[in-house]
Amino acid sequence: MNAVPYEIVVGLEVHVQLLTRTKLFCRCDASFGAPPNTRTCPVCLGLPGALPVMNGRAFELALRTGIALDGEIPDRMKWDRKNYFYPDLPKGYQISQFDLPLARNGRLAIEGEHGDGPPRIIRIQRVHLEEDAGKSMHDEHEGRRDSRIDLNRAGTPLLEIVSEPDIRSAREAKAYLTELKLLLTYLDVSDCNMQEGSLRVDANVNLHVRPDASPHGSVIETPIVEIKNMNSFRAVERAIEYEVARQYDEWTATGATRATAPKQTRGWDDREEVTLAMRRKEESSDYRYFPEPDLLPVVVPRSRIDAVAAEMVERPAAIRERLGREWGLDAAAADLIVHQGRAFVAYFVDVARELGDPRRAANWMQQDVLRVLNERSMGIGRLAVAPGELVDLLRRVDRGELTRSRAKDVFQRMVETGRSAVDAMRAMGIESVDRSALEALCRELVDSNPRIVADVKAGKSQAIGALVGQAKRRNPNADPSEVLRICIELIGT
Amino acid sequence: MELTDATATELLGKLASRACSAVELTRSFLDRIARTDSSVGAFLSIDERGALASAAAIDRRRAAGGPLGPLAGIPVAVKDVFCGRGVRSTCGSRMLADFHPPYDATLVARLRAADAILIGRTNMDEFAMGSSTENSAFHPTRNPWDIGRVPGGSSGGSAACLAARQAPLAIGTDTGGSIRQPAAFCGVIGLKPTYGRVSRHGLVAFASSLDQAGPMARTAEDTALLLGVIAGHDPSDSTSARVPVSGYRQALGEPLNGLRLGVVRGQWTEGVERAVASAIERAADLFRELGAELVDVDLPHHAYGIAAYYVIAPCEASSNLARYDGIHVGYRAAAAPRRGPGAAEDDPGAAGDADDSPLIDLYRRSRTEGFGLEVKRRVMLGTFALSAGYQDRYYVKALRVRRLIREDYDAAFQRVDLLIGPTTPTTAYRIGERSADPLAMYLGDLFTVGANLAGLPAISVPCGADGAGLPIGFQLHAPPFQEESLLRAAHQYQSATDWHSRGPELE
Ligand SMILES: [Zn+2]
Repeated sequence: MNAVPYEIVVGLEVHVQLLTRTKLFCRCDASFGAPPNTRTCPVCLGLPGALPVMNGRAFELALRTGIALDGEIPDRMKWDRKNYFYPDLPKGYQISQFDLPLARNGRLAIEGEHGDGPPRIIRIQRVHLEEDAGKSMHDEHEGRRDSRIDLNRAGTPLLEIVSEPDIRSAREAKAYLTELKLLLTYLDVSDCNMQEGSLRVDANVNLHVRPDASPHGSVIETPIVEIKNMNSFRAVERAIEYEVARQYDEWTATGATRATAPKQTRGWDDREEVTLAMRRKEESSDYRYFPEPDLLPVVVPRSRIDAVAAEMVERPAAIRERLGREWGLDAAAADLIVHQGRAFVAYFVDVARELGDPRRAANWMQQDVLRVLNERSMGIGRLAVAPGELVDLLRRVDRGELTRSRAKDVFQRMVETGRSAVDAMRAMGIESVDRSALEALCRELVDSNPRIVADVKAGKSQAIGALVGQAKRRNPNADPSEVLRICIELIGT
Repeated sequence: MELTDATATELLGKLASRACSAVELTRSFLDRIARTDSSVGAFLSIDERGALASAAAIDRRRAAGGPLGPLAGIPVAVKDVFCGRGVRSTCGSRMLADFHPPYDATLVARLRAADAILIGRTNMDEFAMGSSTENSAFHPTRNPWDIGRVPGGSSGGSAACLAARQAPLAIGTDTGGSIRQPAAFCGVIGLKPTYGRVSRHGLVAFASSLDQAGPMARTAEDTALLLGVIAGHDPSDSTSARVPVSGYRQALGEPLNGLRLGVVRGQWTEGVERAVASAIERAADLFRELGAELVDVDLPHHAYGIAAYYVIAPCEASSNLARYDGIHVGYRAAAAPRRGPGAAEDDPGAAGDADDSPLIDLYRRSRTEGFGLEVKRRVMLGTFALSAGYQDRYYVKALRVRRLIREDYDAAFQRVDLLIGPTTPTTAYRIGERSADPLAMYLGDLFTVGANLAGLPAISVPCGADGAGLPIGFQLHAPPFQEESLLRAAHQYQSATDWHSRGPELE
């Protein structure tokens, strides 16, 4: 695997908006999409004299995340001011956490390089809470140069999750983000909607050029580039791929290293699929952090950490492992089910347990259940078929009351009408056909179709399909495979 | 005796006995302001209409036998640093000359709920930065005892209006002595409560970890009355204390037998005027006569207080004042003129870099034009002291000193109940005397910054006059939330002296 003479080194900074009803330091509605500047108050407008009051729910969600990422939670946490001037920052500082973040030294296990094998551990450097800034909108059309500011978003709670530079490929970056998003949605911490900006990613990328490819025979690090403006996981993957190639080219051309060139910020251009150097922001890089005097440090007693840990939902990694261990699912099936969310997993477990056949349950969940949910773009919580009803349907297939393909139709009907399996079958006129009736039907068909029989006898075995088709028209409940078997017997080839 | 010479407690008695009405009382204070404020300049705005309307409403309610708040009908002057809904609240700054907040500070709301008459807003050093009220963007306030002298600051308007009998009660704020120092200069009482005792919600911040609002009055009894109204926990201020509020007035009459009064003699020797030092000695002696035991104590890190204070306060101020950027609240400079020679020659800060963006240019000009020199000086000091490479040397070190100072007080209060000393090294100085020498001005805060750094309550009480008849005050410090002890000692002292009943000749 030494195709390229360098190692890729990536660290990701992820900001997620927490699922709180109100903002981090005031009672304003934190929801997305209201008309500009209608979700504001003296606190988030930064009016003179207004003071922040911490949203306990936001802290709770942040704590939950820190613990779920196996982070070390300090017993005392404080707030700091990050000072800089920008029009979308009405106070002239952002309340954040600098040297005593909510959690440190966490970890997240992601899928190994080839989808199987041992998981990769990505270390989490820190997790901290901070308030979001507002949004600047620049209107430059028709020769105007207006800037407008919407402060609805100002003060909404953000959780920043910073990984160590442990990520070694674009693919791994995507895997890390996918797993992190899955975890955060399982924890009900964030909806992680990148389109609405509730999940944002910045990537720090550089290369470690191998000694055999470097002029001095030692590892050389290329300058670190921070990539911004990536609006999907796919974009993150593409941007890192692009940046890796660009940095190698640049190093080959200029020989610039991390020691000789400063950190650079580049923006991802999704249409051109390139990263472009960004204009330096009009702000100081010295944020003059100091402890926020308007807020008290938060003391986190061990008992509180234990309580949050005790109430923690089962994490996706643990569920995957359990689906394999207890229900015998392979890694791909377990992963697919886990990705559908907590309720889907619970549904699967109910079906598997009652049916006593986890593989079959998994097949149904992955194919039929998932298909109707996708068709209707709904969650399993709104599925009209209870697990017990699905099990009942599958048992009827086992008892030969209907075929597997008819069962799919019945399931569809159950989803549409909310009826039980037996009611849906009755409404569709499905009843099991007993063997003597089926034999009588086949004999009648063989007798009245001498030409087909002759064709079959002459070796055109596919001609028998016409008999099966006729049988199905005469009695929709007839099992095609049984019809086929009986007809072949009767024709006697 | 005129109504304006009476204390708030006496006035409440007159109102209760219908000896006068709230309207009559309010009218006499408004008249007094009209006659005297052209020479004192204590007020930035006077709400004559609003004051008379609330007074009339209270009179009607009293006549109807309705419920009345503890300050019903008593005028209170409020330092112009608090937000009042729809009330112009300037902080003595051009930056907020047209600021009409959309909300009430908790303190203002509490005064309204107590049925106080909010008679007007008092003058102050811009953003409470200063010790003389000369830094007001509007006009200086003069000391009613000698209008050639400063009233102290930054709550100079509040202290002066009490001395001038323009209001019986006033509110000040104290970040490094801004209540106590003008109280001493004007011969009135000023109490800085424990940090967190009075809500800061709606108090425009100077230095958040030091700012504290407090009552000012001529007697300890009135001070207790006003503190009882404004003190208490406020869920809108995370730093406000959940400690229950005492009945401050109830304890006033208890004798001082057995009180251990700490004397920090080492403090009084250098740089303290003779008249001040001997007035404090006499006050201490009187306390002994009243039953207190005098105990010598030491505050070893006292001398570093000013240095620590003038790092921490500017650091916090530089951040607190960042919001005045010409974009959101406050003064915005007019559209850019072509920069060039001649633009604000007296202020080097006004000359921008040629490659400034229009945004940076707007920031620069709005802040250059909106802030006065002292504010700019402190914003620059604080920005520097927080900068990378300097933060450890200044800000972090100052925090360490702050902790040592607090530990000094903790140790002292193991041995004594209260500490006594001078409030200021000198009596009121002449207007203009120190404005060219900021360092000399800062040293005037030598005895007061300790209480702010340690978060302790402290009070200044009038106790004498120098040869020119200018007031002198002693200062008491108490352990956290022991405002009651401060007020009791002050009241016992005032019961044995008459400094508080003397007033300047103004008319
Ligand atoms: Zn708000």
